[in-house]
Amino acid sequence: MMHKRATTAIVVGLAAAVAAWSAPVSAAEQIELPSYEWSHYGPFGTIDQAAAQRGFQVYQQVCQSCHGMELFYFRNLAGIGFTEEQIEIVASEYFIQDGYDDFGDPIEREGRASDSFPDPFPNDAAAAAANGGVVPPDLSVMIKARPSGEDYMTALLMGYEDEPPEGFDLTLGKYYNKYFPGHQISMPQMLYDDMVMYEDGTESTALQNAKDVTIFLAYTAEPHHDERKQLGMRVMLFLIVFAGLMYATKRQLWSAVKH
Amino acid sequence: MASAPEWKNPVIRWVDRRLPIFTFMHHEYVDYPMPKNCTYLWAFGAISMIILMIMIATGIFLAMHYVAHTDHAFNSVERIMRDVNYGWLLRYVHANGASMFFIAVYIHTFRGLYYGSYKEPRELLWMIGVAILLVMILTAFTGYVLPWGQMSFWAATVITSLFSAFPVVGDPIVTWLWGGFSVDQPTLNRFFALHYLLPFVILGLSVLHVAALHVPGVGSNNPKGIAIQGPQDSVPFHPYATIKDLYAFAVFLIIFAAFVFYAPNYLGHPDNYVPADPLVTPPHIVPEWYFLPFYAILRAIPDKLGGVLVMFASIAVLFVIPWLDTSKVRSCTYRPIYKWFFWLFVANTMLLGYVGAKPAEGIWVLLAQLGTAWYFIHFLVVMPVVGKLEKPSPLPTSISEPVLHGGGPLPSGAAAGPMEKA
Repeated sequence: MMHKRATTAIVVGLAAAVAAWSAPVSAAEQIELPSYEWSHYGPFGTIDQAAAQRGFQVYQQVCQSCHGMELFYFRNLAGIGFTEEQIEIVASEYFIQDGYDDFGDPIEREGRASDSFPDPFPNDAAAAAANGGVVPPDLSVMIKARPSGEDYMTALLMGYEDEPPEGFDLTLGKYYNKYFPGHQISMPQMLYDDMVMYEDGTESTALQNAKDVTIFLAYTAEPHHDERKQLGMRVMLFLIVFAGLMYATKRQLWSAVKH
Repeated sequence: MASAPEWKNPVIRWVDRRLPIFTFMHHEYVDYPMPKNCTYLWAFGAISMIILMIMIATGIFLAMHYVAHTDHAFNSVERIMRDVNYGWLLRYVHANGASMFFIAVYIHTFRGLYYGSYKEPRELLWMIGVAILLVMILTAFTGYVLPWGQMSFWAATVITSLFSAFPVVGDPIVTWLWGGFSVDQPTLNRFFALHYLLPFVILGLSVLHVAALHVPGVGSNNPKGIAIQGPQDSVPFHPYATIKDLYAFAVFLIIFAAFVFYAPNYLGHPDNYVPADPLVTPPHIVPEWYFLPFYAILRAIPDKLGGVLVMFASIAVLFVIPWLDTSKVRSCTYRPIYKWFFWLFVANTMLLGYVGAKPAEGIWVLLAQLGTAWYFIHFLVVMPVVGKLEKPSPLPTSISEPVLHGGGPLPSGAAAGPMEKA
């Protein structure tokens, strides 16, 4: 049937085109990323809560001295298994700037579950001054903000080389990283084996730290990740049954039409 | 034509006598004769209409929480996804819905091109459709700017700057569009206003589009491209077309949902999760996939003004297709030569889209130029010339009967009306 073939060809062709077009555009230099296993990938994937909790420990002990998460609230920790009491305790360890008192002086108080992770620097100028002229980026949505975010994050944290390759002109105060675009990054290598003491007894290698903090950041980027995929499964089941019923009804109705 | 039914319900009867909306709906969406040979390609008009409704519905709820301010826009979109009930669903449906809308409309458009749905007497119908496409482009563009990520900001900068190519009036136009001397708060604010307005313009144009279709003697085209000659050629819109459209939409929705739930950011660009920064230009500024063919055409011309004019022309030429195609036959099924040019045109459009995503350097520039040249040659040369030279295959006498093989008895329907003017 000519028309059937035309239909199929147009639909398949457009779908293929969409897939080809939307693939991330390569940078001038394509850096091959290593690929890691992520439990939250795939239609049934869920955030590995134990890993995310360890990752939170890495964030607290390593990352947060420079990186804030202004979109991630203490209350969001409930999604990776923290109880209300634990969240209050975590929050209370932070100081939050909260308006001004009657004399115009800034009020600083203990954090609450309804606060977000504060920026470690009072403003961008201070952040840049303390970090060689570069503001450490906020990490709330970092995993969504890079192509292959999870693989990139782990690769970046593990991608440091003590000596840049022969002939590479490294700017003073920068560090050589295999996976950073341009290879010159302002952040020094932060993860080393046995630096973070995991509360759950997991062996604390640098790679383990990198993967764990990546999973934690995948959660901060999308706190509704698990809910999205679980709802998706129910929606898909419904739609498939619905489409089946529609098809059966269509067949039944059209069976009487000669065409 | 079947007359309106006698309304039994007294309320309906009371209303209908004074404002005959029930009779109107019955006439246009129950009785409306649909050629019975229409394929699933004819479902994409209805699918587009439903997606427009989904976009307007999700968009209104998003607008209740969105803040059109350069300092808050990015975070407000994230707040929607994190703290608004099912906000993540609203936002992902809306963002992916734009892509789905373009997929449906592009299939709808290519279907019209293949089956000659723009030909007499459907010229106005087609032109209104092109106008819808144009407003959709504006809507999608203004909407993409609203999350105020890096791609939002730089896409807005690049596209609005195009107008600076015009001599003398160019720079004042750009300043006027921006509401200042760079893309900034006034730009974001007006883009939000326009993004809220334009979907209703699309809705209005869609009503006109349907009105221009539901005209006695016009009606829906079909794969054979010949007119309905009697009741034996058509089925009532309801329930035959409605159930078919519903089934097609259900399948389309499965694909839509797969993106929303399993790959919500696949069609987007990671850079748009980086807040807008006027001081940092992304290494590659690329539009959303549905603009890539036009983007390739824009960049194919080495001269800025030339590129802008040619890109506008690439849409403008669509308006006059009804008069560029000289063939007397609508459907490509009966056009043995032009049929191949159609597929070549489809392939060329895909090539342009592919090239549009590549950096404008080396081989890609040449390919973009060849693709652009062919885009216009197709409309300006192939369409008029092939239409004149080509000898179409014999048309079937009616929708109900295939081309008669070896002089079978004439079907009753075939004798009823003369073969339509080609």
